[in-house]
Amino acid sequence: MTTKIRSAKQYRFKSFLGKAFLHGTLGLIGLLAVIPMILIVSVSFSNEIELAKNGYKLWPVGFTTFAYEYILQKPEQILRSYGVTFIVTAAGTALALLVSSLLAYAMSRKTFRHRNILSIYVFFTLLFSGGMVPSYILVTRYLGLKDNILALILPYTVIAWYVLILRTGFAQMPDEILDSARIDGAGEWRIFFQIALPLVKPVLAVIGLFYVLRYWNDWFLALLYIDDSKLYPLQYLLYVLMQNINTLAANPQTVNVPIPSQSARMAMAVLAFGPALFSFLLVQKYFVRGLTIGALKG
Amino acid sequence: MTSTQTHLLAENRKRPSLLMRIRNKLFGTGHSFRSTITLLTMALPGILFLFVFAYLPMIGLVIAFKDYRFADGLLGSQWVGLDNFNFLFGTDNTWRITRNTLMMNSLFIVSNTIGSLIIALMLNEVYRSWVSKFYQTMLFFPFFVSWVIVSFFVFGFLNANNGLMNQMLMAVGLDRVIWYRSPEFWPIILMLTNFWKGVGFGSIIYLAAIMAISPEYYEAAMIDGASKWRQIRSITLPLIRPTIIILVLLSIGHIFNADFGLFFFVPRNTPMLYSTTDVIDTFVYRSLIELGNISMAAAASFYQSMVGLIMVVLANWLVRRVDSSEALF
Repeated sequence: MTTKIRSAKQYRFKSFLGKAFLHGTLGLIGLLAVIPMILIVSVSFSNEIELAKNGYKLWPVGFTTFAYEYILQKPEQILRSYGVTFIVTAAGTALALLVSSLLAYAMSRKTFRHRNILSIYVFFTLLFSGGMVPSYILVTRYLGLKDNILALILPYTVIAWYVLILRTGFAQMPDEILDSARIDGAGEWRIFFQIALPLVKPVLAVIGLFYVLRYWNDWFLALLYIDDSKLYPLQYLLYVLMQNINTLAANPQTVNVPIPSQSARMAMAVLAFGPALFSFLLVQKYFVRGLTIGALKG
Repeated sequence: MTSTQTHLLAENRKRPSLLMRIRNKLFGTGHSFRSTITLLTMALPGILFLFVFAYLPMIGLVIAFKDYRFADGLLGSQWVGLDNFNFLFGTDNTWRITRNTLMMNSLFIVSNTIGSLIIALMLNEVYRSWVSKFYQTMLFFPFFVSWVIVSFFVFGFLNANNGLMNQMLMAVGLDRVIWYRSPEFWPIILMLTNFWKGVGFGSIIYLAAIMAISPEYYEAAMIDGASKWRQIRSITLPLIRPTIIILVLLSIGHIFNADFGLFFFVPRNTPMLYSTTDVIDTFVYRSLIELGNISMAAAASFYQSMVGLIMVVLANWLVRRVDSSEALF
């Protein structure tokens, strides 16, 4: 009896040590995941002269909002880029969801004659792609979309991988509901909008989030197709400003002008990812759910 | 009605006009016909988008065999056979970008798989604790950050004058390093950056696989007095082995495609670092946009697409051998 109690106690102590180790390690790894962000935020609130003297710190040195004031003196470009990114994300996601889910719905219908060939048609694009060069020539020369906001939207409208996940969602709808709707005389369009879409709402939400993230974080299409600063999306503006602030700081003629080159650069980054970070915290759990759908059933 | 009459009627019904027969073959008859047409209409926008943005570029790969001139267009440009490839493979670039792409991607696969697995196993042990969600959120955060912003993060550490790394090096009495001029450090920097961004994603995938294991196995093992360590070794790892193998093989399938954002923004497109950071994708981009050498870009792009296809097919064949239900095709 006594030995049993002792071993239980020992066991509990051992398991406590184990748990402490686990929490310690995971906490540390979690911290490492967010430290770069903390560093950037702290630099953006730091005094430029202190930065030059002491380097970047994980806490603001000589707390000041001067970098933000400096950037926001001329907010036109930032607001414009926010606008571009916002329009591209909203319009792009709406269009992409509509087109992709229609395609996925057709692919999921077991009575559809051409579903197999359609699936192969979609699937093949995952295996093989023409790559950057033909796409560039197509969009700029043949579609004439250079410096057109559509170039930031249309290439991502149908992402085959997302279509396949949506198809899995539609395919899991119970047949009885669809059959009874058909017997009641509902056409495919009506079934799609009034029955199928509400049924796959969770999958739709997840794929919607994927599209939002893709459009919001995109710099690639702008890198290829946008030269006009009026159409810079946020991520691309950030890239351009990194280069430009660099050149300003390196230029000896501007030494007398107080340009907060270090802190302003980081403040720009904070302004760009701040709202995204906030929405990340809101939707994070849906994302986790979506990833598991995509990875295990896709 | 005699039997011949019935036979004739059936014969008549069986032999519609040729056009009707083609129609019926393609779209079915009666209600099925209407439904097929409607479903095709629904799928049409998606089909068109894929045709334009996925299939036309595949056809466009033929420019690798042409001397592309903007004014002449794709069809009007001269065929030059393998000239572009002779040019591409005649430079040292090809070897460099191939080596960097393969080496870095291999490093990424190994480091991220092992890291994600270990973190998933740890998260699984503390899953019921309330802080577990907190860890997951922190780990997952980098997944949402674009590579442009990641390049700012990395710059915060590696900036030669002010960066955190050099402060730490000097604090322990070492010399500072001008990171953006020292290509020898970049494989490890890129690996750590990629690890930082991808490990949250990877560990959540593995965690989902671990949680799908029936708890009965663990209950039985605990009754038999198996330690945690033993449970992990004898239950968890063998049961998620198919998931691990499949995910690894899929990444091997894409080993010829580098993550453009990582290799372009994080080293800040610094020529001095190209020897270790230049990969096929960044090389294609530079040839195309910065150098305007479309022919060389096209040849490199073609080379990548073809080897990429072979790798995917090969990886799929291997997946099929491991678990045919998980094969992509």
